[in-house]
Amino acid sequence: MAVNEKVDVLIIGSGASGAAAAWSLADTKMRILCLEQGDWMKPTDFPSNGRDWEARRHTDFAISPNQRGRDTDYPVNDDNSIMKVANFNGVGGGTVIYTAHWPRLHPSDFKVKSLDGVADDWPIDYWVLERFYEENDRMMGSSGLPGDPGVPPRHPPMPPIPLGKTGARYAKAMNKLGWHWWPSDTSIATTDYDGRARCINLGHCTPGCAQGAKASTDITYWPLAIRAGVELRTRCRVREITTDEHGMASGAIYYDADGREQFQPAEVVILACNGVGTPRLLLNSASARFPNGLANSSGVVGKNLMLHPWPVISGYVDEQLDGGRGPITSLWSKQFYETDPSRGFVRGYTLQFNRGTGPANQAMLGAATGMVPWGRGHHRAYRELLDHRVGIGVACDDLPEEHNRVTLDPVLKDSNGIAAPKVDYTISENTHRMMEHGIARAEEILAAAGATRIHCSRTVLNYPGHLLGTARMGTDPERSVVNEWGRCHDVKNLFIVDGSVFVTGGGVNPTSTIQAVALYIADQMKQRLATLFD
Amino acid sequence: MGNAAAPGLTADEIRDLREIAGAMIPPDPALGMPGADDPDILADIVRSVGRDLPQVREAVAAIGSKSGGAFAGMDQDGREALLNEYHANGGASAATLGRVILGAYYRDDRVLIAIGHEARAPFPKGYDVEQGDWSLLDPVRRRARFWRDDRTAAEGER
Repeated sequence: MAVNEKVDVLIIGSGASGAAAAWSLADTKMRILCLEQGDWMKPTDFPSNGRDWEARRHTDFAISPNQRGRDTDYPVNDDNSIMKVANFNGVGGGTVIYTAHWPRLHPSDFKVKSLDGVADDWPIDYWVLERFYEENDRMMGSSGLPGDPGVPPRHPPMPPIPLGKTGARYAKAMNKLGWHWWPSDTSIATTDYDGRARCINLGHCTPGCAQGAKASTDITYWPLAIRAGVELRTRCRVREITTDEHGMASGAIYYDADGREQFQPAEVVILACNGVGTPRLLLNSASARFPNGLANSSGVVGKNLMLHPWPVISGYVDEQLDGGRGPITSLWSKQFYETDPSRGFVRGYTLQFNRGTGPANQAMLGAATGMVPWGRGHHRAYRELLDHRVGIGVACDDLPEEHNRVTLDPVLKDSNGIAAPKVDYTISENTHRMMEHGIARAEEILAAAGATRIHCSRTVLNYPGHLLGTARMGTDPERSVVNEWGRCHDVKNLFIVDGSVFVTGGGVNPTSTIQAVALYIADQMKQRLATLFD
Repeated sequence: MGNAAAPGLTADEIRDLREIAGAMIPPDPALGMPGADDPDILADIVRSVGRDLPQVREAVAAIGSKSGGAFAGMDQDGREALLNEYHANGGASAATLGRVILGAYYRDDRVLIAIGHEARAPFPKGYDVEQGDWSLLDPVRRRARFWRDDRTAAEGER
């Protein structure tokens, strides 16, 4: 096995959290290396360059690695999960293929035990993260409108995405009902920003932005981190974290682009592989000293997986709307976010209002719901739907439960022979009640908007499968994997900065919080450099 | 990377697929819509099968089997009844067949123009989306803060 020159800091994964941590730690002038199993993406690769832009969302730009099946992907056995896993393996990770919806967790999300008597509080709170949220908003470039009474103050550097015809339709309905709505914060550049061109409403944000208006870390953090001296090595798939005779992390064994095994020694190792990839790697790093997997003396590595159940309720109005033009995200509502015991469940959800979809995907949706038949009735039925669609997502807070977990599949392996992750996941009774409440409210909103043909998908395949909670943060080493500043309780030079450390998931898209947490942990490391391993 | 290279459909399968696609999306001259069995569209469908070949092949065979091998000889009413029943109950293969046909059909220039869309990729021109009437937000702006501040939560909230 080839042995490389030792680095000070080895980061595994170049996505949302790995990029933010690399950029922040570059201040230290330490030698920092990031290993990424995927490739750099080129803007010309993204589907919106071509006429097959809608079809590719179901093939090489699908959000499910199993459906996508690139040679840089690893398989995930999610047969025993009602929701499927979404990820992307490439420089930028999941930020390459997210919708760029940019909400933050609420302060109450960090205090669910003390406020609502469920799950656990985080060992840190919103206010500790606030300045990192702000820093991240500047770095990624967020857009939005200050003054929202439903969320704490924030200062997005760019104005919000357009309301459009679709947003106005929702807004009138929400005003009629007297319910809260606000233009969504997004990480989409609505003005030219820091070298990025403004959004031109390509309308197909999720599978990569050819314009570069959507913030992904390959075009935000990484150019700055590399300029500051960080090395990023692609097509390097890490098999395991190694440890020395003192139980400290000594580096990682990985397969390079040619499938050759290499050992990369390091003084400090940081995992940034997401809520499935990180527990997979820790469990694959079992050894005589760590027989249950690395950093797993608590036994909770892989447990408490949270995926955000996300029913989608759609309908059709009699007005020509935006269709698939413009970012899919439009508005949010926090009307039902905070706990109200009279609803029959604790915690809550964000309502996310979406624009429509393109011609081919509208046809696929119409066929899937039986609204567009095959045969002579196809064309007229289709025309009644095209560009008339409204759809609301219910982003539910699914609280952590140990039986929802990531383990190693005993049979399935990736192309390097590394055991693949297996996901077991069910939706709790509390979340089921929350989902039904949200579905009923969404149906009321759509009715107020004049929509008919209302259809509900209770667990839309792969929508969105956020990956959180599987190496949770806490002060008790028997119930958590990392401490309150991201260091593993069991291995004092091993850190985790991705969504695995979430104690709860809230009812929001998590990327801005994942990055705020990564920046916070990197900052803690910088403040403690002299005593980092004490 | 991308669609894996795969052997394509056989000539017999393409012949059957043409019959099926044409019945699923027949031409409608009054609306200016070609059928999915139009030669250019069918060629695009066949080119697009790629990694979906096993399921498309399975779907074509299943439809042939359900028709007793006589799909081409059925009248349009019979074809539509069979196809709609199969799509509703045919699982992943039926859905995949529909997705592949629709994906190719709704990117044909003639189809896009007939439905009022521009026949082009989204990039680089993009689209206009109107700003909209932001005064709609006025009643919401007047609301008091209602997010829960953990620093000042009342005792009863804890």
